[in-house]
Amino acid sequence: MKFTLSWLKEHLETTASVQEIVDAMTMAGLEVEHVENPAEKLAAFTVARIVSAARHPNADKLQVCQVETKDGLKEIVCGAPNARAGLVTAYAPIGAYVPGLDVTLEARPVRGVVSNGMLCSGAELEVTADADGILELDPSAPVGAPVASVLGVDDAVIDFEVTPNRPDWLGVEGIARDLAAAGVGTFKPRPAVTIKGAFESPLKVATDDASACPVFAARLIRGVKNGPSPEWLQRRLRAIGLRPRNILVDVTNYFCFDRARPLHVYDAAKVSGVVRARLGAPGETLKALDGKTYEIGAEMCVIADDRGVLGLGGVMGGESSGSSEETTDVLLESAYFDPLRTFQTGRATGIQSDAKYRFERGVDTGAVISGLDAATQMILDLCGGEASALILAGEVPAPPKAVTFDPARVKALAGIDVPGAESKRILEALGFAVSGKGAPWTVTPPSWRRDVEGAADLVEEVARIHGFDKLPAAEPPRAAGLRAPPAGAGESRLRLARRALASAGYLEAVTWSFCDRAAAQLFGGGADQLLLANPIAADLDCMRPSAIPNLARAAQRNLDRGHGDVRLFEAGPVYRSDADTGQERVVAGVLQPRPKRHWQGAPETDLFAAKRDLLLALDVMGAPVASLQQGPAPHAWLHPGRSGVVKLGNKAIGWFGELHPRALAALGVDGPVYAFEAMVDAIPAPRAKPTRARPPLERAAFMPVSRDFAFVTDEKVAAADLVRAAYGAEKALIVDVALFDVYRGAGVPEGKKSLAVEVTLQPKDKTLTDAEIDAVAAKIVAAVGKATGGVLRG
Amino acid sequence: MDGKPQSPATADVEALERDLLARLDAAADEAAIEALRVEALGKQGSVSALMKSLGGMSPAERQVMGPRLNGLKDKLGEAIVAKKASLAEAALEARLAAERVDVTLPPQRVRIGAIHPISAVMEEVSAIFGQMGFALEEGPDIETDFHNFTALNFPPRHPARDMHDTFFLQADEKGERKVLRTHTSPVQVRTMLKQKPPIRMVCMGRTFRCDSDATHTPMFHQIEGLVIDETTTMADLKGVLMAFIKAYFEVDSVEVRFRPHHFPFTEPSAEMDVRCDRSVPGQLKIGEGDDWLEILGCGMVHPNVLRHCGLDPERYQGYAFGMGIDRLAMLKYGAPDLRDFFGSDVRWLQHYGFSPYLLPGLAAGLSGGIG
Repeated sequence: MKFTLSWLKEHLETTASVQEIVDAMTMAGLEVEHVENPAEKLAAFTVARIVSAARHPNADKLQVCQVETKDGLKEIVCGAPNARAGLVTAYAPIGAYVPGLDVTLEARPVRGVVSNGMLCSGAELEVTADADGILELDPSAPVGAPVASVLGVDDAVIDFEVTPNRPDWLGVEGIARDLAAAGVGTFKPRPAVTIKGAFESPLKVATDDASACPVFAARLIRGVKNGPSPEWLQRRLRAIGLRPRNILVDVTNYFCFDRARPLHVYDAAKVSGVVRARLGAPGETLKALDGKTYEIGAEMCVIADDRGVLGLGGVMGGESSGSSEETTDVLLESAYFDPLRTFQTGRATGIQSDAKYRFERGVDTGAVISGLDAATQMILDLCGGEASALILAGEVPAPPKAVTFDPARVKALAGIDVPGAESKRILEALGFAVSGKGAPWTVTPPSWRRDVEGAADLVEEVARIHGFDKLPAAEPPRAAGLRAPPAGAGESRLRLARRALASAGYLEAVTWSFCDRAAAQLFGGGADQLLLANPIAADLDCMRPSAIPNLARAAQRNLDRGHGDVRLFEAGPVYRSDADTGQERVVAGVLQPRPKRHWQGAPETDLFAAKRDLLLALDVMGAPVASLQQGPAPHAWLHPGRSGVVKLGNKAIGWFGELHPRALAALGVDGPVYAFEAMVDAIPAPRAKPTRARPPLERAAFMPVSRDFAFVTDEKVAAADLVRAAYGAEKALIVDVALFDVYRGAGVPEGKKSLAVEVTLQPKDKTLTDAEIDAVAAKIVAAVGKATGGVLRG
Repeated sequence: MDGKPQSPATADVEALERDLLARLDAAADEAAIEALRVEALGKQGSVSALMKSLGGMSPAERQVMGPRLNGLKDKLGEAIVAKKASLAEAALEARLAAERVDVTLPPQRVRIGAIHPISAVMEEVSAIFGQMGFALEEGPDIETDFHNFTALNFPPRHPARDMHDTFFLQADEKGERKVLRTHTSPVQVRTMLKQKPPIRMVCMGRTFRCDSDATHTPMFHQIEGLVIDETTTMADLKGVLMAFIKAYFEVDSVEVRFRPHHFPFTEPSAEMDVRCDRSVPGQLKIGEGDDWLEILGCGMVHPNVLRHCGLDPERYQGYAFGMGIDRLAMLKYGAPDLRDFFGSDVRWLQHYGFSPYLLPGLAAGLSGGIG
C-alpha cells in the first residue's frame, strides 16, 4: 500500500517529519518497506527559459535553442514541437540521469551541433505521461528553481506492508487513525456528506444472494460531464502509481485508496433493466475491463442486468458497461461482497484488482452508504449533474459484536503495565466504544475492525499503540540440566551418525525432500498419494522414497564440475506414505570413486567401503552390528550380484550395494556408484536403564589363543554363513572369527574356493591344554562342514 | 718352534702383541676377528702357547713374564670385544643409511568430511533451549490441513493461507488433500493435543513453500518454540529470546526490538529485530550498532489455537515463536546465498561445513572451535 505525505495530511493534522511518521508506523505494526521522495529523483532538473529557437542546420525536425539556465546560457538541441522562444521548461545538465529514458546525459553532437544539456518532457521526468512535448511550466517560475517544487511533486511516497487482518489500512484514513492514536498528530474526522436525492432513480438494483452480496447500494447521477480529472487528483493518483483516466474512474480509485472503499461506475445508458447481484450461471462469460474474457462459475458473485453479466462483483467490471469520456448518466455502485467468495473468484480467474484485494480482506461495512455519498458529492462537484435518491437492496451487515474486556489482561498477557485510563484512550482513539465504570469493560469495535473478536485482540491494540518498546524482559529460566530428548532416540541417532560419517570422510548434504516421479518409482516409491499437486518444477513432483537419487545426482554434478571422488551422505527423512507414520529417518550415503593416483597406490573404494560405512553408521546408532544377518538385497536399483541387506531378525535395517546400470542411466549418473541406506527407526530402542552406571568390566586372566583354519567350500557358499557356523561351534570359548583369506587357484578344485579364518578362543577359568584346543578345533570343522559343506584344506 | 717351549723374550711378546693388535684393527668382519681370536687365544693359540710356557720358567722369569702375558691376554680380549662392537655399530649405521627414504613424500591422507551448517546450527540451537528447560518435540513433514492451518486459526480458504504458498499433495478419495507443512507450527498443535500444560518445547525441521528465488527455496528449516502454562507473559517471551540471541551469536549484550505484526496463531503478535552493525561492507555484527535486523516472529498463543487443541483459554496462556534455521546459519556463519545450502557443491560443503570433532563445551564455546 502506497500513500503520500500530503494525502496523509488530509486526514492527520501533524508536523511530524517523514522519518518520524515512518518510525511511528513501524512501531504500530505498519511495516514500512520503502520511502521515496521524488524531489530527490528530480534534484538535477531545474527551471530554464528558452531565449531563442532556430531550425537545426542539418535536420528539419530539430531546433537549436539558446536557453537561460542556472548554469548560464546554453545551446541545446531539442526535437520537441513546442520548443519556442519564451517557453519556461525543465532543464537537465550534462551528467544528469533522466529516469524516463534511463540514460545519463553526455555532451555529444546531434547532427553536427553539440547539445549542452536537455530540455525534458513530463514522461522523461516520470511526472506525467506526456511525451509529445517538453514541459510547459508556469512562466513566472524563476530560472534555476527545482522543477519538483514547481510541479508540486516534492511529496514523499511511503510504501508499507498491510497485514491481512487490517483491511482498514488499505485506506489513507485508516493509517491516519492509527498514527493519531500513537501520538503522531490529530485525526481529522471527515465532514459528513448528505446527498439530497434530486429524483427517484428509474434504474433499480437487487441482490439475490444475501451471503454473496448482503448489501448493494447505488445512486444514479444524470447529466455529468466526464473529462480529465483536476491536476490535484491526477497528481495524487500518479504519485502512488495509478494512471489517471477520467474523472469518473479516478474518483472511484481515489475512494478505494482514501477510505478503502471500492466503488464501481456503470454507464447507465449501457445497462438494461434491474442491476442485480447474483450467483453466476453455467455458460456465462464476461469481457472484463482488462480486455480478457472470463468464464463465469456458479460460485462467483456477478453483477448482471437483463441482458447478461456486467461485472464480477467486487473483482472487476465489464467492458460493455464501462464509463467513457462520453458518458453522461452513471450508476455508482457501493456494495459489500463476501470476502471468501471474492477471494475464490480472484483465485479462479487469476484477476488481481485493488477492489478484490480489499473485498477479500473485508471492507468497512459502515462505509457502504457514507462512501457512496462522499463519492457522489465529488462527482457532482467535478462533473456537475444531479444525483438520484439512494437505491438500496439488501441490508448492511451488523456491526462487530461487543467484547468484555478486563484492562488487567494487558499486564497479565502482554506483561506491560498500562494504566486503565491510557488503555481507554487508546481504544477510543482507534474508534472503539468503551463503556462500563469498573472492570470489566464492554468494548465495541468499530465497523472497520472485524478482526477484533476477543480480549487478546484488545490487549494487542493497547500494547501495540502504547508501545512494544516498553515491554520488559523477564529473567529466562534455567534448566537443572539438559533433559533427555523425549521425542525418541531418532534425532540423537542422526547426530551420532553424522559425526561418524563426517569423520570417515563424508560431506553431509541436505537435499530436497522431493525428486522426480520416475526416480521415485525407480527407488520403490512414486505412489499417487505422494505426488505434489503443485510442484515447483516438473522434476520435483514426488516425495522421495530414498535420499539416494538426489545424492547420486549431486555427486554427478560435482564430477561434472571437475570435483570427483565424492563421498556424500544425508541424514534425513524419506516418505513411504502420506500418513504420520509414513515418514522415516534414513542415513544414506553415496560414493562415486574417482581416486587420485598415489605413489603408494590408491586405496580401493568399492562395494565393501559402502558396506563398512553402513555398518559404521549402524554401529554408532546403537544397532547390534555383531548379530546382524545378511541377505541378498531385493532392490531393483541395485546390482543383483553386488548388493546386500543387513537384518535384525526379519527386519531390514540397512542395504548397501553398487547402483544398477539401469538406475545409473535413468538418473544420468556415471558409474560405478556405491551406496547405502540405514533405516534409523528400525533400530530397536535401547533398553531403559535404571542408572547410568555400567556393568563391572570382566577381564579374563588368561591369554587368548588363536588357530587358523582353511576350508574348501563350493563357490556359492556365503562367507558369512561359514563365519557364523564357526562362531557357534563353541560359544563359551570362541570370541572372534576373522576371515583373512579368500583363495581360488592351484590346489583348490575348479568351482570351489578356500576361505581361511583365524579363530580366537578366550579361556575363562584355566589355560587350555592342547587336547582341549584340538577338541574345539574338531567342533569347528564339524560345524562348518555341516553348515556349508566345507572341508579342511589338506 | 718345535719341541720344548722356549722361554720367550720380552721383545718377542711385544712383537706378538703389536702384530695381533694390528691385525685385529685391520679385521674387516666378525669372521676375521673370530679367526684371530682362535689363532691367539684358542687352545692352540699363540698367546695360549706362551701362557703354557710359564710353567717351565724360573720363578724370577715367571715373576716378570706372568703379568706380562696375562696383560696381553686381557688386552687382546678387550680389544676384540671393542672391535666387535665397533663393527656392529658401523654395520647398523650402514644399514640405516641404506634405509633412508624421502620423508617429504606425501602420505595417504585420512579424509575428514564435514557436517552441514544446518545440522550444526540445529545442535547449537537445541543446546541453548535445552539449557532453558525446553524439551524437543517433532512432527511429520506431510501434514493435514487441520494441523497446518485450521487449528492455527487460519480460517478455511482465507487469504492468509495464500501467503504461505502451500505445496499440496494429491487429493484423496474424499477430496481432502494433505500439505507439506509450511511452518513448524503444526508441532505446537500436536504437542498441545497430546500433553497437558505446563508445556515447554521446541521443534526443528524441514518446512516447505512453493517459492524459489535468491532468498527463498522450496524447502527450508525452522525452529518453533512453545510455552503454555497459566501465567507466562510476553515479557517472559522477550527474556527467553534475548537470552537465546546472546547465546547463539556468542555476544555479551544484545538490544532487541519487538514490532507489532500479524500472525493468525498469535495475539498479540510481534516480529523481533536485533541491533546490528552493517557499517563494514560484507560484515554483519549482531548485538550492537545503528541498524535493525528482523530475526523472528512471535507472540502470545491465540485463544482460538488453544481452543482447537482442547485447552481452555480462560485458564491457559503462553507464547510461541518461530525462526529460520537456515537464516540463523547465514547470519552467524556468513554464507550469503540460501540456495547453496541445498546445492551439495562439495566446495561449499567443505567450506561452510563443520568438523565432526567440534562439540559445544565449556572449553570450546558454543560453536566448538579453538579460540
